[in-house]
Amino acid sequence: MSKNNHGPMKVADKPKNFKKAIKSLALYCKKYWWAIILALLLAVGGTVLTVIGPDYVAQITDELYAAIANGRDVNIDLIWNVGIFLIIIYVVGALLNVIEGFIMATVTNRVTQKMRYDISRKINRLPLRYLDSHPYGDVLSRVTNDVDLIGQTLNNSVTTLVTSIALFLGSMLMMFITNWILALSAIATSVLGFIIIAVIMSRSQKYFVQQQASLGDINGQIEEVYSGHNVVKAYNNERHTKATFDGINKKLYNSAWKSQFLSGTMMPLMQFIGNLGYVVVCVVGAVLLINGYITFGVISAFIIYVRLFTQPLSQMAQAFTSLQSTGAASERVFNFLDEREMDDESAKTAKLENVKGAVEFDHVKFGYDAKNFDLPTSPVFKNSKKFAKFDKVSGIKPSICTYNPKKLIIKDFSVSVSPGQKVAIVGPTGAGKTTLVNLLMRFYEVNSGEIRIDGVPTSSLTRGNVHDLFSMVLQDTWIFDGTVAENIVYDKKGVTKEQVVEAAKACGLDHFIRTLPHGYDTKLDENTTISAGQRQLMTIARAMVQNSPMLILDEATSSVDTRTEILIQQAMDKLTVGRTSFVIAHRLSTIKNADVILVMRDGDVIEKGTHEELLAKNGFYATLYNSQFESDE
Amino acid sequence: MNIFKYLSKWDYVAILIVVGLLVLQVWLDLLLPEYLNIIIEDVSTVGDLNNILVNGGYMLACALGSGLLAILTGFFAAQVAAGFAMRLRAGVFDKVQGFSMAEINKFSTPSLITRSTNDITQIQMTLAMGLHVVIRAPIMAIWAITKIVNINMEWSLATAIAVVAMVLMFVTVILITYPKFKRLQKQTDDVNLVTRENLRGIRVVRAYNAEEYQQNKFDKANGTLTKTNLFVNRTMSIMLPFVNVIMSGVVLAIYILAAYIFNDTALALRPTVLGNMMEFSSYAIQVVISFMMLVIIFIMLPRAIASIRRINEVLRTKSTILDGTQTEGEPNRKGEIVFNNVTFKYPDAEERVLEHISFTANKGDTVAFIGSTGSGKSTLINLVPRFYDVTEGSVKIDGVDVRDYTLEALHDKIGYVPQRAVLFSGTVESNVAYGDKAGKTPTLDAVKTAVRVAQASDFVESKPEKYSYPIEQGGANVSGGQKQRLAIARAIARDPEIYIFDDSFSALDYKTDRVLRTELRKHTKDATVLIVAQRIGTIKDADKIIVLDEGKMVGMGTHEELLKSCPVYQEIALSQLSKEELENE
Repeated sequence: MSKNNHGPMKVADKPKNFKKAIKSLALYCKKYWWAIILALLLAVGGTVLTVIGPDYVAQITDELYAAIANGRDVNIDLIWNVGIFLIIIYVVGALLNVIEGFIMATVTNRVTQKMRYDISRKINRLPLRYLDSHPYGDVLSRVTNDVDLIGQTLNNSVTTLVTSIALFLGSMLMMFITNWILALSAIATSVLGFIIIAVIMSRSQKYFVQQQASLGDINGQIEEVYSGHNVVKAYNNERHTKATFDGINKKLYNSAWKSQFLSGTMMPLMQFIGNLGYVVVCVVGAVLLINGYITFGVISAFIIYVRLFTQPLSQMAQAFTSLQSTGAASERVFNFLDEREMDDESAKTAKLENVKGAVEFDHVKFGYDAKNFDLPTSPVFKNSKKFAKFDKVSGIKPSICTYNPKKLIIKDFSVSVSPGQKVAIVGPTGAGKTTLVNLLMRFYEVNSGEIRIDGVPTSSLTRGNVHDLFSMVLQDTWIFDGTVAENIVYDKKGVTKEQVVEAAKACGLDHFIRTLPHGYDTKLDENTTISAGQRQLMTIARAMVQNSPMLILDEATSSVDTRTEILIQQAMDKLTVGRTSFVIAHRLSTIKNADVILVMRDGDVIEKGTHEELLAKNGFYATLYNSQFESDE
Repeated sequence: MNIFKYLSKWDYVAILIVVGLLVLQVWLDLLLPEYLNIIIEDVSTVGDLNNILVNGGYMLACALGSGLLAILTGFFAAQVAAGFAMRLRAGVFDKVQGFSMAEINKFSTPSLITRSTNDITQIQMTLAMGLHVVIRAPIMAIWAITKIVNINMEWSLATAIAVVAMVLMFVTVILITYPKFKRLQKQTDDVNLVTRENLRGIRVVRAYNAEEYQQNKFDKANGTLTKTNLFVNRTMSIMLPFVNVIMSGVVLAIYILAAYIFNDTALALRPTVLGNMMEFSSYAIQVVISFMMLVIIFIMLPRAIASIRRINEVLRTKSTILDGTQTEGEPNRKGEIVFNNVTFKYPDAEERVLEHISFTANKGDTVAFIGSTGSGKSTLINLVPRFYDVTEGSVKIDGVDVRDYTLEALHDKIGYVPQRAVLFSGTVESNVAYGDKAGKTPTLDAVKTAVRVAQASDFVESKPEKYSYPIEQGGANVSGGQKQRLAIARAIARDPEIYIFDDSFSALDYKTDRVLRTELRKHTKDATVLIVAQRIGTIKDADKIIVLDEGKMVGMGTHEELLKSCPVYQEIALSQLSKEELENE
C-alpha cells in the first residue's frame, strides 16, 4: 500500500557506483545482519508455504471432481483435513511474513536512526571550511530526504526482492513438477506479456524524463515569477511571463499525458497478462484433462500458480528500481560521512586558564591552497567551478569560499594586542577580516605562522580550550528554538536565574522580556515576533553570561537600523569593559573609540592606529571614512 | 466546486466515454469466468474438445477486449487529467499574476508556489487514477455482487465475511496509524529544524563548545521520530500478509462449502456446481479487490480534497487592486507626485502603518525617506505603483489619482527597484531589458547605457558572453552587489518619469553608492526620484527629506534644515556621523 505505487512513474535516481554504495550500506548494517538474514529466511519460509498451497487446493478440487466422475459423495473428512492443513499453512505463512515485516521495520529504523545520529555528529566534527563551502540545504537533505528514502526503500526493496525471487522460482518449480506442458504454456504467456510491457516501458522512459524536466522548469518559473511579483507587475511584464509559462505548460502537458497514459497502462496490462494466463491455463488444462493427462485439481492449482507467478515479475522490477534509489541515497550519505574531519586533539594536554588576554599574531599566513586543505572528496564538489557556484547558493560571503589555489587571504599578518585592549578591524569586503577571526578561534587553521594567547600558541591547545577563552557576537543573530532563558544561558553550567536577569538588564532587554507572555520562559520560535535588534541584544546577553576573558564582535550591528544600533552599541560597550576584544565593523562610526584600529586590505594590515591618528595620516582609512559623507558634487 | 469549471466540455465527453469503456471492461472481465464455467461443465461431462476451443476463444477475446479497453480508458483519463492540470495551472498562474501584494502576503509566496505546483500535480494524479479506479471499483463491486448473489447464498456469505474482515482491518490500521502519520511530518520537521539550527549557528555552537548540547537535542528529536516511524512501519507490515490470507481463505471457504453443496446435489447437476464454484471464486476475488481499492481511494481522497480546497481558496480570492481607465495624465503636470493626507493600514490589521502623509514631489526632484525599521518608509513608496491602495487620502501622479490609471499606463511611468534585488533566469540583457513600456522592450543600446550608469559594466564586460551572460534562477550566479546594480540598471533602461528606489543602495559599498548616484543624477535630470535609505550619506543631497517615525511624518526639509529642527533626524544622523562632523558641515 505504499504510496509510491500510485504516483506517476519516477525516473530512477541512479547511484554512480551501485555495487559500492550497496556494499557500504551492507557494511553499515553489519550489526543487524543476523536480523536481516533471519527476516530473509522467514520471507523465504513464508513463500514456500504460499507456493505449496495450490498443490493442496488441487486435492480438494480433485476430490470434488472424483465425486462427479465416480458418482459418489464427497469425502467431507478428507476435505476438512486438507482444508485445516491449508488454513494452518496460510496463517503460519502470514505470521512469518508479519514477523519478517516487523524485523525489517525495526532494522530499517534503527539503521536510519544511526545514520541521522552519525550525520549530526559528523556536522560537529567537520572543519568549518567544509561547512562554509557547502550549502546547508545539501547537508539537511541528507539528514532528512536521503535517510528517509533509505528508510522507505530498504524496508520494502530487500525483502520484496528476496520474496519475489523465491516466489518466482518456487512457483515455477511447482508448476513444472505438477505439469510441464501447462507450466510451459503459462510461463510462455506471462513472459510474452512482460516483453510487451518492457518494450513499452523502455520507450516511454523518455516521456518520464521529459515530464520531470518540464515539471522542474515550470516549478522554477512559478517560483521566480511569484517571488518577483512586484517587479513583474511594476515592469508590465505579465504578457511575456505568461507567454513563457504557457510554452512550458504546453510542453509539460505533452509529456505529462503521455507518461501518465503509459504508467496508467501498467496496471491494466498486468491484469491482461493475468487474464491471458488464466485463459491459457483453462483451455490448455481442459484439453489435457479430457485427454486424461492431468486431473481436475491441476487446473485449479494452476489458476493460483499463474497469479503467484505474474506477481513477482513486476515486483522484482519495482524492487530493483527502489534499490537503486536506496543506493543513490546511501551514496550521498556515505560520501558525507566519509568527509575528512578535524584533527583529533585528545592527546593535547596544554590548558590555558585565567588568561590575561595578550594576543599575538606572528607572521600568520592563510589561503585556500590544496596543501593545507583537502578539497571535499565527494565528486560533486571536485572542480572549483562548481565549488564556487555552490557558495552563491549558500549565501556565504564569497571571501571565505572562493577557491583559488594561489590566493592567500591573509598574507603575512603580525600584530600584538595587550590585555584589555579594544581592537577594531576595518577594511573593504574581501580584505580578510572575518578570516582573521576564523583563525583566532581556530575555526580555520593557519598555513604558517602562529597565534599566541598569553604566549601560548593556540595550536598547542585544544579547540575547546580556545573557544572557552572567547565570547562571540556575530552579525547573523542566532536564536534557537527554546525559551528566552535557555537562549541566554545556552550551554553554560551553573547559571542562576539572577545572572540571566542581570545580563538581560545590562542589555536593556529585561523590560521587553517581561512583556512577553511567559517572561523568561517564553518559547522563541517562528511565531514569536522579536526584532533583529532584540535578537542581537539577546546574543549579547548570552555572551555576557558566558563571561569569557576575551571577546569577538563580528559585524554585530550591521543588520539593524541606526536607532537600535545605539542600544546595541551601549550593551556591547558594557561587554567590552576589561576584556581584550576584537571588533569588526562595517560602519566606521561604531569603532571610533577603539584602542587600536587595524585597517586591512587584501590580506594585509596597511594602517594601524587610533581613529585620530589614522585620520591625520590621511591614508586609506581616511578615504574610507570620508566616503561615507562625501557629497555628490 | 470552482476548479471544475476548468474541465472543458470535451473533458466531460471524455469522462463519459471513460465510464462507458469501464462498464464494457467490467462486463468483459466478468464474462471471462462464465466461459470458464462452461468449459469446466463441459470437461466434467461430455469432454467436447471443439466446444472447449470455441469457449476458450471467447475467453481470449474477453481478455484481449478488456485489455484494449483498459488502454483506451487510460488514454482518455490521461488526456483529461493532464489537460485539466494544464488549464488549472494556467488559471491559478493568471490569478496570482493579477493579485496585488495584499493577496500575495495573505497567502505568502511559498504557499502560493506550493498551491500552483504540488497541489495541482496531486490533483492530476488523483484524477488520472481516480477516473480509472474510482469509477471501476464500484461498478465492479456491485456487478460482481449481483452475479454472486444469484449463484449461491452460502458462498455469498463467505465472500461478505471476507470483505468485512478486509475493510475492518484496513480501517483499524488506518485509524491507528493516521494520527501518527500527521505527527511523523511534524517530527521530521523537528529533526530538520534542529539540524538547520546547528548548521546555521555552527560558529556559535563551536565558540560556546556547545556541540554536546545540540547533539542531545538532536538525539531527542531523532529518538521520537524513530519511535513513531517504527510504530507506523510495524503496524503497516500486518496489512499485506493479512490481505493474502483473506484472498486465499475466501477461495478455500468456497471450495469447502462446495463439498457440502455437492453432497446435497443430484449427480447430474454436480458439474454445474463445479463450474459455478470456479466462476464464483474468481468473482469473489474481484469483489474483495474492488473493496480494497475503494478503501485505498478513501485514504488518498482527503489529500486531493485538501489540494482542491487550497486551490479553490486562490481562485476565489479577488484582487483588491482594480484597473482604472485613464492612460494619460495632465500634460502640464508631468513627473509630479502628490500625496494628499494619505493613511494606510494593511487589510485586517488594527494599527495604521501610515497616518496623514502629505507632500509633493515636483518634476526632477529627489525626495528621500528615512526612519527606523517599521516606520513605514517602504509601505509609503509601495503606494505609488499601487502594490497597495491607500486606505484614506489619495496619491496622484501627473495630476491624476493612481487608482484612475490603467495599471499598465501607471507602471509605464515608473522604474521601480525593490529592496531585495530580483533577477530572473535568462541573460544580463533579458534582465535589464525587462518588461514592457507602451508595449515595447528596451533596445540593446539602452541596456548598455543603463548597465554603465548602474556601475555594472565592468562586471558585465568581463564576462566572455557580455550581455548574453546567462543568469541563473533567482540570480544565483551573481553576487548581491551585482544583482542590485543590475536591478538598478533595469529601472534605468526603462527610462521612466519616476524612479522608486526602495532601500536599493544598501548592498553597495559607500563608494559605489556615491558614484552610482552621481551618474544616475546626470542621466535622469528630468525624472522624479523617490528614494528610501538607511544611510544619511545616501540621501544628504536630496531636494526634500521626509523623516518617518511609526507611520507619522515627523520632519520634512533638506538635510541642513532637518539637522536643526528634527530630533529624530538628529538622532539618526548622530549615530552615523560624529557630532564634530555634523557641526563642520
